[in-house]
Amino acid sequence: MYTLSNKLKLFSIILMVVGLIGVAVGFILAPANIQEVEEMVANQEAHGESHALPGETKTENDGEDANGLEVVPSEHEIHTERVDDERAVLGADVNGDEAEAHDNEHIEHLFHQLQNKPWAALYVAAFFFFMIPLGVLVFYAIQYAAQAGWSPVLFRVMEGITGYLLPGGIIIFILLVLSSLHLNHLFIWMDPEVVEHDPIIQNKTSFLNVPFFLIRAAIYIGGWALFRHFLVKNSHSLDEAEPNDLFYFKKNFKLAAGFLVFFIVTESMMSWDWIMSLDPHWFSTLFGWYVFASMFVSGITMIALVTIYLKSRGYLLFVNNSHIHDLAKFMFGISIFWTYLWFSQFMLIWYSNIPEEVTYFVTRIEDYGILFFGMVVLNFLFPVLLLMNSDFKRVNWFVVMTGIVILFGHYIDIYVMVMPATVGESWFIGIPEISSLLFFAGLFIFVIFSSMTKVPLLVKRNPYLKESEHFHY
Amino acid sequence: MASKVIHALYTDDDLLLQAVRQVKEARYHIGEIYTPFPVHGLDKAMGLEPTRLAITSFIYGVIGFCVAVVMMNYMMIEDWPMDIGGKPSFSFIQNMPSFVPIMFELTVFFAAHLMVITFYLRSKLWPFKLAENPDIRTTDDHFLMEVEVANHNTDDLTKFLYDTGASEIKLIDNK
Repeated sequence: MYTLSNKLKLFSIILMVVGLIGVAVGFILAPANIQEVEEMVANQEAHGESHALPGETKTENDGEDANGLEVVPSEHEIHTERVDDERAVLGADVNGDEAEAHDNEHIEHLFHQLQNKPWAALYVAAFFFFMIPLGVLVFYAIQYAAQAGWSPVLFRVMEGITGYLLPGGIIIFILLVLSSLHLNHLFIWMDPEVVEHDPIIQNKTSFLNVPFFLIRAAIYIGGWALFRHFLVKNSHSLDEAEPNDLFYFKKNFKLAAGFLVFFIVTESMMSWDWIMSLDPHWFSTLFGWYVFASMFVSGITMIALVTIYLKSRGYLLFVNNSHIHDLAKFMFGISIFWTYLWFSQFMLIWYSNIPEEVTYFVTRIEDYGILFFGMVVLNFLFPVLLLMNSDFKRVNWFVVMTGIVILFGHYIDIYVMVMPATVGESWFIGIPEISSLLFFAGLFIFVIFSSMTKVPLLVKRNPYLKESEHFHY
Repeated sequence: MASKVIHALYTDDDLLLQAVRQVKEARYHIGEIYTPFPVHGLDKAMGLEPTRLAITSFIYGVIGFCVAVVMMNYMMIEDWPMDIGGKPSFSFIQNMPSFVPIMFELTVFFAAHLMVITFYLRSKLWPFKLAENPDIRTTDDHFLMEVEVANHNTDDLTKFLYDTGASEIKLIDNK
C-alpha cells in the first residue's frame, strides 16, 4: 500500500496556497475600470518605454524585406500582414483627426484584454491539468481494449492519475458557467451585443448558445467521469475475483472499447467548444485531433514521471526499466504525432492563405512568435533528440528531463491556443499565469497521490499480469 | 586446414536460448546460429556486439534531408522560381513550409533504402545468391546451432549438447 508522505502533502498544499494567493493577486491587480488603463498607458508613455505593439515591430520587418532580400513583388501577392487600419486600432500609429476615437477604442480594447487575463490564465492552467488525466484514461482504456501484455503493472498508477478527472472536470465546468454568467469575456460569442453585429456568429448560434454549450460540457465531463468510475471499479473488483475468473476483465474490455468510441466523438466536440469557439470565426477540421495529441502525450509523460517518482521512493519494485523504455517510446512517438498534426494544420492554412483562416496564424506568429515557434522546439526537437537513442529511453533522469520539457511545451501549446483570442497582444507570463499553474499543480499532485493510497499499487488476477512482470525488451 | 563443427538442432526458441546460455557458460565457441525467424534476445545471449545499423541510418537520413533542401532550393527557387500560393519568390525560407513534406519523404526514403542496402552489403547478400543454411529445416521449424569442436573432446561435447536439449546432432568435418 502506498501512503502519501507528509513531505509531498505539505509540498502540494504549499503549492496550492501560494497559487491561490497569486491568483487572487492577479485578479486584484487587473484593472477595474477604463481610467486605470488610461493611467497605465500614460505612465508607460511618460517613462518612454516602448510598449511593444505589433505595428511597430512590423515596420522593421517590412524594411528588412525591402533591402535585405531582393524581393521582386509577385503580382499575386496577398497581404496577410496587418493593414494600417488595423494597426491604428491596435494603437501603433495614432495621428490625424480620428486619433482620439481610435485611442479610446484602443484603450477600451486593452481594458477588456487585461480584465480577461487572470481568467484566461486560470482557464489555461485548469484545462492543461484537466487534459492530463483524460489523456491517461484514454491510454488506460487502450491497454484494456488492445489487451496489452506489458502494462498491467502500471494500471494502478494510471488509475490514480485519472482520479483528478472528476475534480478537474468540475473546476472547468464552474469556469465555463462563470463565463456564461458574463463574469468574464473569454467567449465573445456569449455576448449578445457581439453576436448582434456579427453575421458569422449568428449563423452558428444554433450550436454556439449558452444552454446547449453547458449541456454539452456536462455530457462530456459526466460521461468521461462515469466511464472512469466503472473502469476503475471493475479493476478493483478483479482484485477480489476468484483465480481464472475473468468476468470483470471481459467487462472492462468492453467498457474500454465503448469509452474509446464515446471519447473520440466527445473529445473532438469538446475541443471545438472549449477552445476553438474562443475564435468563433475560425475553424479547423483537425483541431480535435490536434488537442488530442497534446493531451495524449502529456498524459503518457505524466504516467512516466509518476512511475519514476514512485520507484525512487521505493514503491513499484515490479516495474523494470523496460516499462520505462516503452513509456518513453510512446512519449517519443506521440510527440512526433503532435508535430505532424501541428504542421498539417499550419501548412494547409498558410499555403492557401484564405483570409478568414489565416488570421488565426497571423496573430499567433506576429504577437506570439516566440511561444508559437518555441513550443515546436520544446515539443518536437527536444523529445526527438533526447529520446532518439534506444539506451536513453531507459535512463530515468533522461526521461524525467524530457518529460518536464514536454509538459512545459504542452502548457505553452494550450496557452497559445487560448490567449490570442482572449488577451490578444497584451500577454505576458506573469503572476496570474504562474500562480494558476502552481495552484492546479498542487491540487493535481494532492488528488492523484491521495487516490493511489486507497488500493495496492499492483493489480491482481489480471490475466496478463505475469507477462507484464516478466516484460523485458 | 581441417575444422570440425557440430550442428545441434533444436525445436524450440526458448530451448535454444537456454542452450546458448549454457554453451557460453561452458566456454564452447558458437560459430553461427540459423533460425527460421528472429529470436528475441538471441544476440544478447550470444554476446554479439550491438548493431551499428541505426547510426548509419541516422547519417543517411541527414543526407536525405540535405539533398531535399538543396534540390528544392535549386528547382523551386533558383532555376525556375515558382509562385507558391502568392508567397514571395526567390526566397527559400519564406517558401520553406511547402517543402517540408518533401524533406520528410526524402529523409525517410534515404534512411530506409540506404539502410537496407547497407544491411545487404554487410551481410554479403546480393540478388540470386544461393542460400547458405546447412539444413533446410532451419527455414521451417528447426533451430541450428553450429559449435566449433576445436580442441575439445567430440564425445563430451556431443553429450553436453544433448543435455542442453538438442534433438539431433551432426558432426561436420570440413577437410
